[in-house]
Amino acid sequence: MTVHADVVQDTWHGAVIRALKYHQVDLVTYVPDNVLRPLIDGVHADSYFTAFSATREEEAVGIVAGAWMAGRRGVVLMQTSGFGTLANVLASLPVPYQIPVLMFISERGTLGEFNIGQAFVCRTMRPILQSIGIEYHECTRQDEFPFILDRAFVQAFATQAPTAFILSPLLTGGKDFMKASSI
Amino acid sequence: MTSISNTNRRLNSKVMNRFDLTKRLVSKLSDEAVIGGIGNTNFDLWSTGQRRENFYMLGSMGLAVPIGLGVALAQPTRRAIALEGDGSLLMQLGSLATVAHLAPKNLCIIVMDNGIYQITGSQQTATSLGADIVDIARGAGLSQSIWAGDEADFDAIIDRALTSDGPWLIAARIDGQPGVAQTERDPSQIRDRFMRGMNAKQSSALSG
Repeated sequence: MTVHADVVQDTWHGAVIRALKYHQVDLVTYVPDNVLRPLIDGVHADSYFTAFSATREEEAVGIVAGAWMAGRRGVVLMQTSGFGTLANVLASLPVPYQIPVLMFISERGTLGEFNIGQAFVCRTMRPILQSIGIEYHECTRQDEFPFILDRAFVQAFATQAPTAFILSPLLTGGKDFMKASSI
Repeated sequence: MTSISNTNRRLNSKVMNRFDLTKRLVSKLSDEAVIGGIGNTNFDLWSTGQRRENFYMLGSMGLAVPIGLGVALAQPTRRAIALEGDGSLLMQLGSLATVAHLAPKNLCIIVMDNGIYQITGSQQTATSLGADIVDIARGAGLSQSIWAGDEADFDAIIDRALTSDGPWLIAARIDGQPGVAQTERDPSQIRDRFMRGMNAKQSSALSG
């Protein structure tokens, strides 16, 4: 089996689910986002995963950190504004303790954003990641996405490094202002 | 089984001492994981002796319960105990609802409530202004939430929490005594030792 072969290889969320399974990441915590919905639906529909929502992104980071220290791999799904709440806990838990918390961030605030708050908080995301030294991957193309996931998962666990995946609207389609009925 | 009163309230619970209660807790433990929340809560846990199964938070205020929940989900056959202060728990009250929803049988939350942000100058927290941690926890869906009325009551509740299904939330009123000693501030060493205590590392440890 290879990480790249599956009938759902044409969707970004299918690639994520495949990579999570291949790397034995079975704990999925999230604070919801409309763009993430197919991924959230997918992990809920698959009995391999324990998937549930946390009330805040900080809480989800704590849960995944605790699970990893006790031998279980997990991931946090969030949107850009949720990432904006995380600077303190990232700087005081996964970074100094060397805990590989995997973060999937659905990128809002760019390429057609209609909510000005999202547009501003988006500008804080990369500076925060850069200033606390968390490696992040810009995920924009379906053809290279499985490779990014596979190699970045390997590196995160091997080097005990928290890692972020920024899911660009170029990959996911983002949120279409013309179709959106609410924020 | 010693009967446990469910009618204690914060106001009629005895004001106890955190280090004394922490010693009482640790004396009953075998392989349970204990997550010590930031500040005096984990300073006193540290001061009871550095078990490999103890994790000491040096930041991320409010995350003792989520970290404990993560441990509980990773190892359903091991009990996990989140030791937290009132100020810290008030920062992450939503985590109580998450715990209630997932209802891990092996998770116990212990709240040391002195009603103050002790380490920053003893400013009042909401629990000294009317908020009741046990009422909040019950409202979040944690039906097994209880005030320890005194030391004997605390002992009896802990005995029950260590031998029956959770999740549990046990709150204790404590005095304003500072922590006995400060935790050694070496995060990677704390994490490595805890992982070995959790049998989550394959390689042999250099020392016990």
